[in-house]
Amino acid sequence: MLGLNRKDTTLLIIVAILALAAPVIFNIFPADSKMAFFNSGYPDLMQRFVIFGIFAIGFNILFGLTGYLSFGHAAFLGVGSYAAVWMFKLLNYNIVPAILLSIIVAGLFSVVIGWISLRRSGIYFSILTLAFAEMSFRLAYSVLTPLTNGETGLQVYNDDPQILLGNGPTVPHLFGLEMRSRAVVDVGPWEFTFPVGYYLCAILMLLSFYLSIRIFRSPFGMMLRAIKSNQTRMSYTGLNPKPYTLAAFVISGMYAGLAGGLLAAMDPLAGAERMQWTASGEVVIMAILGGAGTLIGPILGAGAIKYLENVFSKMNETLLESWFAFLPHWLQETLVWVISKFTGEGWHLTLGALFMLVIIFLPGGLVEGGQKIAARLRRKKPADDTDAAKTKPAE
Amino acid sequence: MDAIILQLLNGLDKGSAYALIALGLTLIFGTLGVVNFAHGALFMIGAFCAVALQRILGTSFVTEDPTQKDFLGNPLKVQTPYLESWFGPETGSAIIDWSVPLAILLAIPVMVAIGFIMERGLIKHFYKRPHADQILVTFGLAIVLQELIRSYFGANPIQSPAPEAFKGSFDFGVMLGFDPNVIIYPYWRMVYFAFSAVIIGAVFAFLQFTTFGMVVRAGMADRETVGLLGINIDKRFTFMFGLAAAVAGVAGVMYAPINSPNYHMGMDFLVLSFVVVVVGGMGSLPGAVAAGFLLGILESFASMNVVKNLLPGIDQIIIYLVAIVILLARPRGLLGKKGVMED
Amino acid sequence: MTKSNFTRRGMLKTGAIAGAGVALPTIFTASSARAYTNEPTGGTVTLGFNVPQTGPYAEEGLDELRAQELAVQHLNGEGDSGMMNTFSSKALKGNGILGKKVQFVTGDTQTKSDAARASAKSMIEKDGAVMINGGSSSGVAVAVQGLCQEAGVIFMAGLTHSNDTTGKDKKANGFRHFFNAYMSGAALAPVLAKEYGNDRRAYHLTADYTWGWTQQESIQAATEAMGWETVNNVLTPLASTDFSSYIAPVLNSGADVLVLNHYGGNMVNSLTNAVQFGLRDKMVNGKQFEIVVPLYSELMAAGAGANVQGVFGSMNWNWQLQDEGSKAFVKSFGEKYGRPPSNSAQTCYAQVMLYADACERAGTFDPCGVAAALEGFEFDGLGNGPTLYRADDHQCFKDVLVMKGKENPTNEYDTLEIVEVTPRAQVEYAPDHPMFAGGDLGKCNSGA
Repeated sequence: MLGLNRKDTTLLIIVAILALAAPVIFNIFPADSKMAFFNSGYPDLMQRFVIFGIFAIGFNILFGLTGYLSFGHAAFLGVGSYAAVWMFKLLNYNIVPAILLSIIVAGLFSVVIGWISLRRSGIYFSILTLAFAEMSFRLAYSVLTPLTNGETGLQVYNDDPQILLGNGPTVPHLFGLEMRSRAVVDVGPWEFTFPVGYYLCAILMLLSFYLSIRIFRSPFGMMLRAIKSNQTRMSYTGLNPKPYTLAAFVISGMYAGLAGGLLAAMDPLAGAERMQWTASGEVVIMAILGGAGTLIGPILGAGAIKYLENVFSKMNETLLESWFAFLPHWLQETLVWVISKFTGEGWHLTLGALFMLVIIFLPGGLVEGGQKIAARLRRKKPADDTDAAKTKPAE
Repeated sequence: MDAIILQLLNGLDKGSAYALIALGLTLIFGTLGVVNFAHGALFMIGAFCAVALQRILGTSFVTEDPTQKDFLGNPLKVQTPYLESWFGPETGSAIIDWSVPLAILLAIPVMVAIGFIMERGLIKHFYKRPHADQILVTFGLAIVLQELIRSYFGANPIQSPAPEAFKGSFDFGVMLGFDPNVIIYPYWRMVYFAFSAVIIGAVFAFLQFTTFGMVVRAGMADRETVGLLGINIDKRFTFMFGLAAAVAGVAGVMYAPINSPNYHMGMDFLVLSFVVVVVGGMGSLPGAVAAGFLLGILESFASMNVVKNLLPGIDQIIIYLVAIVILLARPRGLLGKKGVMED
Repeated sequence: MTKSNFTRRGMLKTGAIAGAGVALPTIFTASSARAYTNEPTGGTVTLGFNVPQTGPYAEEGLDELRAQELAVQHLNGEGDSGMMNTFSSKALKGNGILGKKVQFVTGDTQTKSDAARASAKSMIEKDGAVMINGGSSSGVAVAVQGLCQEAGVIFMAGLTHSNDTTGKDKKANGFRHFFNAYMSGAALAPVLAKEYGNDRRAYHLTADYTWGWTQQESIQAATEAMGWETVNNVLTPLASTDFSSYIAPVLNSGADVLVLNHYGGNMVNSLTNAVQFGLRDKMVNGKQFEIVVPLYSELMAAGAGANVQGVFGSMNWNWQLQDEGSKAFVKSFGEKYGRPPSNSAQTCYAQVMLYADACERAGTFDPCGVAAALEGFEFDGLGNGPTLYRADDHQCFKDVLVMKGKENPTNEYDTLEIVEVTPRAQVEYAPDHPMFAGGDLGKCNSGA
């Protein structure tokens, strides 16, 4: 179907079902139960799942296929967001020109940075991309304030030109369909929210995912893998690897731009921190945590990180106390004391420890973990020929 | 002229911190081939050794002073350090005053132990893994270490002053024939510069002039051959990791009076020290030291008002700009070797 | 698809009754569901406390969180009621707000506008918070304020000192109790002139982001009005940790006062560096060289240790104040946490009280009702003397403290001393003052 083999079609369908049913799946706990804290089916977080999913899918096209580890990909996300917000400021709140421009600007930006950075390889390439991204971040935070509104982040003001605004909506919309509108469905004790913005992001994520499958399976994708496995040998056969890597770099930069544009479309503010090296590091972590070089890994990684960040940072001691209220007092206090070190202000500790555990025990990321579990269930060795879940970690 | 000399001094001092951290990073990378993102955290732990020793020396017993009130109106609890009651107030407070230099004695065994545990417990299993995995696992470790420090010491910076004898600054300008107050430099920063020169010299001398160092250098060049000669290179490499950790640690201890230690200071230095190492050329010790001083000096020059007026914001990006230019002009940094970390 | 903005938990009850175990989808529109965003329908009301829990301002954020938890206790009638007893408005009864028990949710702003908005959205969309309180940076405050305006909830801004928060970025749904850079300048300049004379030459080091700029602008204007001269203003990168290369040229510039427009870790480091260079031991132009830190915080003063001794700055509030409100607050905070509250803690506590009181007086949680009750509200007894919530820009006007680093601290909390309580009249300004111009409050948004 759609030019995919059966295995890939199955994967795409599974991802599609997951994405479209997310508002139900992520709100699995009844809304007034104590477990409702672990629900994540509200618009903002679901949108983040798929937007960062797009970002990670794009990153994976570069890193997973060619092995080039970019440490500055957040810069493309950032310029994408700025471009989108500028469109809101200048034209109107329609997201189509905003997202198109964000992809184009991020594409152009990545042509320049990629063209320069790809003159080097290995860690030298990583540091070059890091340097460009850090420079962008620092300038956006200070000197470029007229363009970026600095620390506060670029936002739309009432006195902006917005030449096409007229009587149109004053929130981001798709030809009148407001991104923040949503339908709420109550089913018994459950409550499900179906937001417009989320579905737009989810559909774009599925398109991006489909495109990435096609790239992985195309001759171009083979070429990129060849670059990863042995670039020297490739040059000896008379092929110049540079155009291929540059193409991969620009494609992944445009994915990042799309993600940045969508972030702005869901919430019209672009903060400079989106370009900081920690943000670039986050997408690396997403890809590797999920399983670099696999198709679905980056999406899983992006979802896992955003979910854990949300849940652990919001767990406070009062909440923990109420959870363990049924225990004897001393046990409750001890438990709360121990757990509170890992939650609330300590959520970084949980995340750090979790990275370490995954990297140490699951070099192929969550995808490998899933395979191991599946294999154990099937009581046989993990199938090692599934392309979709190639476990060889990228370098 | 005076401004240039002034910034040169500043740059040498900044550079000595960069060089010390980059030196340790390169020791680990050059010997073990591991990219250690937790190196900034080791520097931070070193600085907290100074804080810890200050606390240990300042361990106090509490007496209530009914003449004074605390913020709740209860009698004020006066803390008297045990040292002051044992040795008398003068000697006692003098010992506490010297807690930062004394902390070096604490930091060396602590850092070597941490280094050994890290290498044997974690890094060892990552020699054969891709660099990206090494980066991530050590990055995770860095977060865990800094959060552990935070959960004990809190997120606020903690002041750990230099000994009273090193307060204030020295007037270089007068020596060179300028007016007073034109070129001044704090005593403690001079100490830091001298200290880093000694440490860097010692590490080089150790590698150059001892048999142990010779074997390590041979191992850096060709690990397998040295192993085939029947030399237990692993043990030596573990030792090198301990040494690198100790270098980062003492660099942190001595840095504590310059900027109050806080739990995320390691992360602040991490990216920067990587840029330094890469600009110097991966795996090259002289390269790391040279790049550290070079970037420190350039950063200082970029923050001069004349330069800033000409190119606004240049001081924010100078390090990265220089890194890009150098990497484009010299593919493997200043003194890097071919084929290292290029795939 | 029907439109219903930011609706959530409210229809639970209806849904549960209507559904009664049977899958019966009900689709709500904004108008039928509820009157405004997150209208509390059960026996509880949820407040959102959005503070930095990680990053450089984490300690500040945790102290804000402590104060906010304490405020919730007091509102629910637990503990000793703290400043509820001294508050001039007597609408609060200690039975929650409007009879509903107060709950709270917390989040981590990470001192990043993106993360802060994500966290606030989570509180609004998932937890049904009717109000967001707290924060420790102006960039974040402005970003979250914009979000709350769009979402239709009330935002009470925590520690934010930039003029922009109630200046060019002011919003109808946003309120600020904390003072601002202009007030710091207006309070500080006369004291500086009295202490150091009228013919001083100042050198500014300024953190290169929006807060730093407004602070520098305010201090420069206020000191120049006293006859001071500004020699230079150097912008320093936010990411700086070592300020030596900015401080070294100061002595030779002809300046005899150094103004550090830095906050947080930047301030601790730049002040430490300046003292290291021995600036304060020098004589320039025949005068003793001095350092000024316009915005002080107890936590940062503690971080800078002995270096703050004798250095002037300003504060919104301090635990050493001897009015009844402050004493009551310090007592209940101190007994619960074993330490005196910081000034950002006091602001966050006061804002919870003010919000709750406004709800009681308005008789509703509707943001527009609450905003109307807060606008132009005059009160006393929350620790800053008689205070006005000005309707034009939602800025609180109250006395400002001029502080000085204490020379001989007796314990770890005793770092600063109050030099002067500058009366409110001296720090007031017109709503259209040039430093605050360009903004537009807009209309209050209830999310309906």
